[in-house]
Amino acid sequence: MERRTLLGRLSWQIGEVVAIRPETVRAKSITLDLPGWMGHRAGQHVDVRLTAEDAYQAERSYSIASPPEEAPRLTLTVERLDDGEVSPYLSEELRIGDKLELRGPIGGYFVWEAQMGGPLLLIAGGSGIVPLMAMLRHRTAVGSTVATRLLYSSRSLEDVICRYELDHLVKCNARLDGLCSPHRYPDATRSGLASRAAPADIYLWPHPVRRNGRGQPCGTGT
Amino acid sequence: MEHKLDGNAAAGMLQAIFPFDMTLAQVTCAGCGTTTVIGATAAYMHGMGAIIRCPRCDNALIHIVHARGRYWLDMRSVRVLQMKER
Repeated sequence: MERRTLLGRLSWQIGEVVAIRPETVRAKSITLDLPGWMGHRAGQHVDVRLTAEDAYQAERSYSIASPPEEAPRLTLTVERLDDGEVSPYLSEELRIGDKLELRGPIGGYFVWEAQMGGPLLLIAGGSGIVPLMAMLRHRTAVGSTVATRLLYSSRSLEDVICRYELDHLVKCNARLDGLCSPHRYPDATRSGLASRAAPADIYLWPHPVRRNGRGQPCGTGT
Repeated sequence: MEHKLDGNAAAGMLQAIFPFDMTLAQVTCAGCGTTTVIGATAAYMHGMGAIIRCPRCDNALIHIVHARGRYWLDMRSVRVLQMKER
């Protein structure tokens, strides 16, 4: 008989950086070792807290990029915002061996597990792809064949995070379709997915999108 | 400086207080009566906490401040807060 455990209050945990991998010019994947990590579900996020020498603290939320199958290791993919307070530190200053304070996992509202079935429609703008990568990696790790479609809009082809992995996943998976739509306006500011992926992009979709599928949109201005 | 995100961004702070999945907690707006899961609300994050707003009428549902070892919650615009055991 499965024991239902009470969800405890979240508290801060310390993780150690064990790997840093550049994804694009602006984005890096940071892998952490977290001894106390109890696992997570694809789609969830963590809050990261930085404390300066003068005790000033800044917190931000980052989606977990790694699938649950990789616990107790956790990977976050962080895109540097030019005016960001936390992302420049994480993407430029952090080194292997550094410690990072975080709490989580957070968010049963935006999760997908293979047992939930499909068909699954994933829509992402920019760094919104990160929690969807966790879902796709989980789908691969458990050998799920749920019909899945990904629509991903980004500023340019160079800004597509995990581009080669996505290409590879789509090529190797009969039931996974992907469409990537780089913005048509190179000097456009960051805004919602709907205004950047043109209607014509949806018509390039190889199959019609079914009405009763599960939809997970994620990204700026969703 | 305020930064608009969705309710998931404020959930971590709420889950340090309430031992439930707060993205799935339901709030009933005392203004318009709409019930929404916190994950679907608008959350305005600031240096000391957050403001969670009703997605229907933009009413400020929850003001949360965390400072000097205390939490302050102004929930006068929440008629009902409902949370599910695991």
